[in-house]
Amino acid sequence: MSILKETGGQKFLGIIQNNAVPILFGIIVLIGIPLSGYSVGYLGQEIVVRIARNSFLIIALLIPIMAGMGLNFGMTLGAMAGQIGLIFMADWGIVGIPGMILAMIISTPISAFLGWMCGKILNMAKGREMVTSYIIGFFINGVYQLIVLYGMGAVIPIKNPALVLPRGYGIRNTVNLITIRKTLDNLFAIKIFGISIPIATMLVITILCIFVIWFRKTKLGQDMRAVGQDMEVARAAGIKVEHTRIVSIVISTILAGYGMIVYLQNIGTLNTYNSHMQIGMFSIAALLVGGATVNKASIGNVFLGVSLFHLMFIVSPTAGKNLIGEAQLGEYFRVFVSYGVITIALVLYEVRRRREKARGGRLLAQEQAENMEENT
Amino acid sequence: MAYQGPPVLELRNICKEYFGNQVLTDVSLSLHKGEILGLVGENGAGKSTLMNILFGMDVIQRTGGYSGEMLIEGKLVKYQSSFDAIADGIGMVHQEFSLLPDFSATENILLNREPHKRSFASEVFGERLDLLDRKSMVEKARIAISKLGVSIDSAMIVGSMPVGHKQFTEIARELSKDSIRILVLDEPTAVLTEQEASILLEAIKNLAAEGIAIIFISHRLQEVIDVCDTVVVMRDGKVVRTESSKDLTIAQIARWMVGREVTQHADRRQFDYDNTPTVLSIRNLWVDMPGETVRDVSLDIHKGEILGIGGLAGQGKLGVPNGAMGLFPAGGTIIFEGKRLPLNQPRAFLDAGMAFVSEDRRGVGLLLDESLDWNISFAAMQVNNKYLKRYLNGLLMWRDEKEIQKVALEYINALEIKCTSYKQKAKELSGGNQQKICLAKAFALSPRLLFVSEPTRGIDIGAKSLVLQALRDYNEKSGTTIVMISSELEELRAICDRIAIVADGRITGILPSDSPSEDFGLLMVAGQPMSMEEHA
Repeated sequence: MSILKETGGQKFLGIIQNNAVPILFGIIVLIGIPLSGYSVGYLGQEIVVRIARNSFLIIALLIPIMAGMGLNFGMTLGAMAGQIGLIFMADWGIVGIPGMILAMIISTPISAFLGWMCGKILNMAKGREMVTSYIIGFFINGVYQLIVLYGMGAVIPIKNPALVLPRGYGIRNTVNLITIRKTLDNLFAIKIFGISIPIATMLVITILCIFVIWFRKTKLGQDMRAVGQDMEVARAAGIKVEHTRIVSIVISTILAGYGMIVYLQNIGTLNTYNSHMQIGMFSIAALLVGGATVNKASIGNVFLGVSLFHLMFIVSPTAGKNLIGEAQLGEYFRVFVSYGVITIALVLYEVRRRREKARGGRLLAQEQAENMEENT
Repeated sequence: MAYQGPPVLELRNICKEYFGNQVLTDVSLSLHKGEILGLVGENGAGKSTLMNILFGMDVIQRTGGYSGEMLIEGKLVKYQSSFDAIADGIGMVHQEFSLLPDFSATENILLNREPHKRSFASEVFGERLDLLDRKSMVEKARIAISKLGVSIDSAMIVGSMPVGHKQFTEIARELSKDSIRILVLDEPTAVLTEQEASILLEAIKNLAAEGIAIIFISHRLQEVIDVCDTVVVMRDGKVVRTESSKDLTIAQIARWMVGREVTQHADRRQFDYDNTPTVLSIRNLWVDMPGETVRDVSLDIHKGEILGIGGLAGQGKLGVPNGAMGLFPAGGTIIFEGKRLPLNQPRAFLDAGMAFVSEDRRGVGLLLDESLDWNISFAAMQVNNKYLKRYLNGLLMWRDEKEIQKVALEYINALEIKCTSYKQKAKELSGGNQQKICLAKAFALSPRLLFVSEPTRGIDIGAKSLVLQALRDYNEKSGTTIVMISSELEELRAICDRIAIVADGRITGILPSDSPSEDFGLLMVAGQPMSMEEHA
């Protein structure tokens, strides 16, 4: 007897528990939409914009999860590399799509190096990848500030005075990215039912999705999935566990760099010292809202997550204002909910693991009860 | 049976020492193409060590290698790692599954040996970006499974398979290697139902008929007799018998396994069961302890006795005390001194007046980085509020260092614990002395019932008898009931009044400790399908 019998109610409860986060957000959004009074058209437009802006970054998280390295806050490193690429691009005055491509080219080696370093460190901290990558993010932020705030303009030549602080070195707080603002989004956009859809950006995201699906089917992808499930079994089969883990982080970091460039071309300005700081947290929170867990995430989770998470941000300020006359609620919600959802997801992950463990006991009890019935 | 040509595998005078402990002495055996060799023996007989040597496991090199010769098809080999052994066509199916739960059977069978085809990216980035060739993967897996003669859905996710299919998948993985010549199966039927086991045994015979040499390790002796050509019995690191399986009986093999003729223990006592009350009564206990599952155990323990619980490793004897204390999920009823004990609450177990000396000395038993006096006193301090100074009517409690030191010195002297002082750290002591600290800690709780699990595991012979004597003395002086769990039948027989044997998670019998060892041997392998004559 190895099949645990469950009543319909228990099964239903199991499904609810397994999808608690998306269900909770679905309910919040459903209550919030009528309260906010926004039209469907407006909300649809907003969601399309957010999907185009954020999806690339979130998809970058999928590969380390596949390799069993959990939610990788190391994507902050890629975001910084992307920003450095954008600063040089703005300085050299390359505009439009070529500018974006140049920024990506510059960011790639920086991302790869940072990712490799991060991967090396994470290999020393197996099982504690999440908190370790979080702290590495803070550490590298210091290095980034050193380079951007003191190095650029002093050691690294920056010729465009609009970028440099009045004191003569260091990059200004905001870098205007007007030269690439929405170049990808507007490259080819069509209107459907009054909603403007940035086809070119969506195409890039689609290609990335296809890449992820294709990647899962490669030998390397298979190795990553194996490593993600059980490092010891993978090692015993001759898979190079450490190397595979490093590669997964490098890929993720490089993709995060590109994702940051796509994200900032939509926004149009770079907050030199802030843009990258919370991007990791918001991306991870969005992915979790979409129903991903620490060890399992799919492309579907990405899109569901972006939609629900951002829908909540769109409706909550007005909903808050209409409800209690306080628009600040939205901004407060943003941070509170992000940390909250990450915490809940981590707790649920642990709860689920315990429940899996308890299954063994329930099986034994069931088997014993069956034997007793047979005997009487 | 006569075999052609040189043996596929020959071991000559293999000896192995672990830290001065001789675990294998002059082991020689030979295995021919198509032969099934049954390897049986009690725990610690040296079977696993021998297989580790054969498979080139790291642990052998790390502990100083082995002496003797190993020949594969007449060629002398010395493996540096298990990958060398795999390359030479040796396949091993371990007792624990090493399968990936989220992969399908196919993916598991071909793990890291997947056929792949080139793709545009692999031209640039190398062959790790080759696409997996799913079609030929399925085909290869199918061939491997069909060699076994069973039907498994190769697309099924391993995590949702019944255990029997997992076992088949694991074997199929070895079979999918083209070079496979020798297959080692370590307790392959332990987790299987009777029906699954008979399918597997049939499959093993088929494999042998195809020319694969098989080493079959099992505690189920009837299976060994049924399926094997040759039976090798090991005991205490030596091969004691190599026999053709024809005309062997379970009783014979069980006797060889347990071996040692009954030595009379001079100080045996007659325990008066009729006039002593039951102190602990266990009813329908189940315990979900990984690798030591307990099923439906009922047991009555009398006040003042020493009860032994024996059995082979992995059969569930360790699960009984661990479940009773609540260290692993458990269910059923436990009544101690007439009161029902809440399960899964270690504190309730301790408060009721029981104590447990765990087999996991370093993990559960000791605070390795703390001093001996702390180790001895901390449990009693927590549970009994002993060794504390009270202020303000007990609102404020302070450690009573003097009392702690006094009691530590007492036990250090009484148990002859070798240490520089009571301030020495627990991790610096030898295994035997660490065990005595664990006992002292339990004694300090002054329990009315004491569970002691594997008290002599990993300690040398001299220390063993001291530990056993300490238990016996404690039982006699304080009248504490002791339940001792051990894999070594001899040491159970040395101090216990009765011995219960656990097999397959159930108690198969309780005998007085002076019963012949053969009877115990039979109980250990009981609960298994036996042939008709044996029953009669």
